[in-house]
Amino acid sequence: MTMESAQTIAGPVPASAASDVSLARAVVSPHPYATQRAAELAAKAATVSPRRDTLLYLNGVTKSFDGFKAINNLSLVVAKGEMRAIIGPNGAGKTTMMDIITGKTRPDTGEVYYRGDVDLTAHDEASIAAMGIGRKFQKPTVFESQTVEDNLRLSLAGSRSIFAALFHRKDESERDAIGRILATTRLTEKRRTLAADLSHGQKQWLEIGMLLAQDPELLLVDEPVAGMTDAETAETARLLREIAQTRSVVVVEHDMHFVRELGVKVTCLHEGSVLSEGSLDAVSADPRVIEVYLGR
Amino acid sequence: MMLGRLLGPRVWLLVAALLAAAILVPMANLWLPADSPLHVPSYMVPLFGKYLCYALLALALDLVWGFVGILSLGHGAFFALGGYAMGMYLMRQIGSRGVYGNPVLPDFMVFLNWDRLPWFWHGFDQFWFAALMVVLVPGLLAFVFGYFAFRSRVTGVYLSIITQAMTYALLLAFFRNDMGFGGNNGLTDFKELLGFSIASQGTRAGLFAATCIALALGVLLVGGVTRSKLGKLMIAVRDAESRTRFLGWRAEHVKLFAFTVSAVMAGIAGALYVPQVGIINPGEFAPVNSIEVVVWAAVGGRGTILGPVLGALLVNAGKSYFTVAAPEFWLFVLGGLFVVVTLFLPRGIVGTIDHGWNALRDRRRSLSAEDGTGAPPQLPPQSPAADRTSMPDGALPSPAE
Ligand SMILES: Nc1ncnc2c1ncn2[C@@H]1O[C@H](COP(=O)(O)OP(=O)(O)OP(=O)(O)O)[C@@H](O)[C@H]1O
Ligand SMILES: [Mg+2]
Repeated sequence: MTMESAQTIAGPVPASAASDVSLARAVVSPHPYATQRAAELAAKAATVSPRRDTLLYLNGVTKSFDGFKAINNLSLVVAKGEMRAIIGPNGAGKTTMMDIITGKTRPDTGEVYYRGDVDLTAHDEASIAAMGIGRKFQKPTVFESQTVEDNLRLSLAGSRSIFAALFHRKDESERDAIGRILATTRLTEKRRTLAADLSHGQKQWLEIGMLLAQDPELLLVDEPVAGMTDAETAETARLLREIAQTRSVVVVEHDMHFVRELGVKVTCLHEGSVLSEGSLDAVSADPRVIEVYLGR
Repeated sequence: MMLGRLLGPRVWLLVAALLAAAILVPMANLWLPADSPLHVPSYMVPLFGKYLCYALLALALDLVWGFVGILSLGHGAFFALGGYAMGMYLMRQIGSRGVYGNPVLPDFMVFLNWDRLPWFWHGFDQFWFAALMVVLVPGLLAFVFGYFAFRSRVTGVYLSIITQAMTYALLLAFFRNDMGFGGNNGLTDFKELLGFSIASQGTRAGLFAATCIALALGVLLVGGVTRSKLGKLMIAVRDAESRTRFLGWRAEHVKLFAFTVSAVMAGIAGALYVPQVGIINPGEFAPVNSIEVVVWAAVGGRGTILGPVLGALLVNAGKSYFTVAAPEFWLFVLGGLFVVVTLFLPRGIVGTIDHGWNALRDRRRSLSAEDGTGAPPQLPPQSPAADRTSMPDGALPSPAE
């Protein structure tokens, strides 16, 4: 369902389209201002329309580090409500792509839009997070010296002002919200445990729980099952599918069993751009994917 | 702020001890006969008062270093600025009792042949104005410095280095005669504070009590802030700054808040210090002073509230002893102490005791849970980890951190 809607969205419109329209209008309307205005409107329509109804829209994004192109003319579209899996060999640029979306890294060129009209390259991490993009790091990152509960409390959506935090009081609704997330992430028993004392898998879940607490519209999840047992992996797939019912999710993962369990559209990155995209079966049958990634 | 039930027993004990000292020490000094075993000799009152100022300074540093992970090597500058603000008030109180008898100009200005007071000396004849400056000058400097440093995401060693540079620059500036702060000699020969003779035993006892109270208030403030949600956020910024950013927090605001509050505390400590030691000179800006503060906090236990207070008192008592017994060795002892603490007691005294205690409690709990005979593990009303937020295992203090 969501997969199809993603595919129907047109890719970036060629630049010539805008000028064709303005030429056509120029014949009808002799007044120079009207012509100009029509051209502007057409240009605007042409640039906005492919982005409309997208949640995340990357077009021609390039980022190089010391001359090395970690991201190379990358274009990717995620629809509202979609879950997408991203695969690709080490160094393909998957994490760098997330860095660009979340404001950690600025792209050299290219467009990065959120909800169709928010230019993410103009914002920093904190404001992008506040707009509803949550991110789980490749290396699980939680507040080790604090309890699971406090980790979630710091993540809960709400005011991010320093003084509000200083005078903050715990209340029932906060406790309930934390309780719900603990239940979703199977951490209810660990409420008062220090995050440092959690197992590796539990830390990954706690971090996903922290994203949920943020109540984001889009979750970027970088290698959630690295270092997990098979049982934990299956459980994580279930958890992410549950989350994807109400939010958009982009999952980067190497574990193909896990990706299969997610059962969503797959994008394979290679050397900073999209190598192949489609259902998992189609992508894994793609000879280029087999050559650079699967057939290692 | 959530003073009261959330502060924890240890903070209250410390506050109670300080308030008791504020009452008992002056009494034991002023009213007990000199041959009484409980008599506190007069030379000790300003000496302990000085230690308590250092304790307040160490606590201020701990708020930024222990709880937010900003290793400031420039806190001596905020301390000295607070001290200078107080010193300027005390200079203006001398009036015509100076050597040159000028009713308005402090002696050093007369000596330099100045004919009128520089603009920034106006207002310092009023105590309220000086008190305001004690808070404002260090606070404003910290705010402006922190605003640029944290916004540009200067962290770690680089931040430590620029804080050292800041205090060094101030040292050089205050050494200059034409800066108008008494140059090399600084400000001294004070006579009166709020109309009380500065050398009288009663004034000294009063200053001691005031220092105890200021430190107690500092302990309550740091206790309240660090136990609040903001305090948890501070620890989060210390342990995983980027995580807080991706959760939507502005880590630079957290740092700026802590840095500014801390500088104000340091300024107040300096203001209380100057009338008790009777002098303020540019030497207080010396970079090594700021490093000493770090040693106090590290010895006592960074990231705890009791630790820096205890560390400042212990190390300075040691310093007083050594500078009499073997003055040439003090700096080696200090350096050695820092090395030993960093290598063998990375959590400091209080942090190590806490850690050992928690490990013991956890073991007892798991033992009793195993054989099922012991009492069921009892969950304390608040977070059992409240005392354990002091240091994460991977983030032990190091000189370069
Ligand atoms: N800040 C940086 N400075 C220099 N090079 C970088 C930086 N960040 C990423 N790179 C390089 O960009 C390339 C892409 O890295 P990235 O981490 O995005 O890969 P990845 O697809 O996430 O790989 P993996 O599967 O190993 O996580 C790598 O070659 C990496 O070395
Ligand atoms: Mg990666």
